[in-house]
Amino acid sequence: MIETFEKVEDIEIRLLLEALYLRYHYDFRNYATGSIKRRLRQAREQLGFATISAMQERALHDETMLPRLLGYLTVQVSEMFRDPGYFRAIREIVVPHLRTYPSLKIWIAGCSAGEELYSLVILFREEGLEDRTIFYATDINQDALQIAEAGVYDVDRIQLFTENHRKSGGRSSLSDYYSAGYGRVSFDRTLRDRVVFSDHSLVTDAVFGEMNLISCRNVMIYFDKALQDRAVGLFRDSLARKGFLGIGAKESLRFSAHADDFSEFVRQEKIYQRIGK
Amino acid sequence: MIPADPKAVVIGASAGALEALTSILPTLSKDFRLPIMIVVHIPPDKRSVLAELFRAKSSVEVIEVEDKEPIRPGTAYFAPPDYHLLIEDQETLGLTNEEPVLFSRPSIDVLFESAADVYGAGAVAVLLTGANHDGAKGASAIARVGGHVIIQDPRSAFASAMPEAGLASCPDATVLSLDGISEYLRRIG
Ligand SMILES: C[S@@+](CC[C@H](N)C(=O)[O-])C[C@H]1O[C@@H](n2cnc3c(N)ncnc32)[C@H](O)[C@@H]1O
Repeated sequence: MIETFEKVEDIEIRLLLEALYLRYHYDFRNYATGSIKRRLRQAREQLGFATISAMQERALHDETMLPRLLGYLTVQVSEMFRDPGYFRAIREIVVPHLRTYPSLKIWIAGCSAGEELYSLVILFREEGLEDRTIFYATDINQDALQIAEAGVYDVDRIQLFTENHRKSGGRSSLSDYYSAGYGRVSFDRTLRDRVVFSDHSLVTDAVFGEMNLISCRNVMIYFDKALQDRAVGLFRDSLARKGFLGIGAKESLRFSAHADDFSEFVRQEKIYQRIGK
Repeated sequence: MIPADPKAVVIGASAGALEALTSILPTLSKDFRLPIMIVVHIPPDKRSVLAELFRAKSSVEVIEVEDKEPIRPGTAYFAPPDYHLLIEDQETLGLTNEEPVLFSRPSIDVLFESAADVYGAGAVAVLLTGANHDGAKGASAIARVGGHVIIQDPRSAFASAMPEAGLASCPDATVLSLDGISEYLRRIG
């Protein structure tokens, strides 16, 4: 009896994901099961549906369900200069290589509400590289992209951001880049001068230019192994010769089918370099 | 109470975890054949030394998990600070950054619920000392699918709130001392 119940839920989840794909072309079918299950259970409870099938029916017939479900299906946890050691390694070890190029393309894949993007733009400004760089910031969650384009955050997050920035070896004061008011901080609009925002999925969309650095942190942990392989393949094909790929602190290319196309550039901080080509 | 076909052991601990785990992990021999996944509440900004520490003391292999780590027998897997640890399928572990659960990331409930989903009646959960209620919901998820739940005797636990909450949600759980738990594990693994 219990066994049957669990299986029914698995079926419902598969059907719901299939429905989202067929109806809206959002493809969560190969996301990591454990976390998808948790979040769909959460969505079902909090949105007040008796079953996941009931939620599926509504999702098919009512478009306003899509952004709400996306809010559950995509995890938006982020910080500026999250894992300061990563940004310190970019600054101290990757930037000296990037300096040798007359123009640069950087891709922040899965940029969420822009925290990682602004961290890199500020770092590049501090290092005098911003003017020769184009930053591509992509995500599948439009609500998150909108916040990223506005560059506005709750003021109570700024203390952590400031501390992270300092630990990352920041050469300026973070407060130089925002103005505060009404419980919010707004980041300087000139930080967006060199940024292109776009809706791009690592699951369904294609290669993106000749990048010198791709930063894709804590996005692929939500994918299953097959999908991770697709994404890493996409990054490999999007990187220029000797381009860099940075991933999350607890992610690894060790288990990837494309591990051989990369060398460990800063092992501790999960920064890799494209080899060959 | 020996499970018919144990597949994996999941352990959760909070305040007092270090001492409790010290009387369990080092007692397992290198022939221990089950994988062991462990969540200990640790501050998010701390680099965790748990895996290193227990690696030095234990005969089983001890690893701090990276995303998509393969599951191997006779290996103890620690959740890294600031990530939830989940069992994806019988071969693979996964990490996520989702919101803390009961202020905890990693969360014991998250690990235990994923163990219930993946291993069903083959899951063995061990809930140890702690000063909060994490793990209670996950333990009952494991009991619901027919897995075994072992709870440290609250009277001998460094902090009794967590085992007590576990017992409240899983009244049929087996209650054992730390020595009893390590003996039980040696028998099933
Ligand atoms: C946990 S956030 C990571 C934010 C940031 N990179 C960091 O590390 O702080 C994960 C982000 O991945 C995005 N995402 C999920 N699936 C995606 C996909 N298929 N393509 C692109 N982005 C995706 C989510 O919308 C979310 O913004």
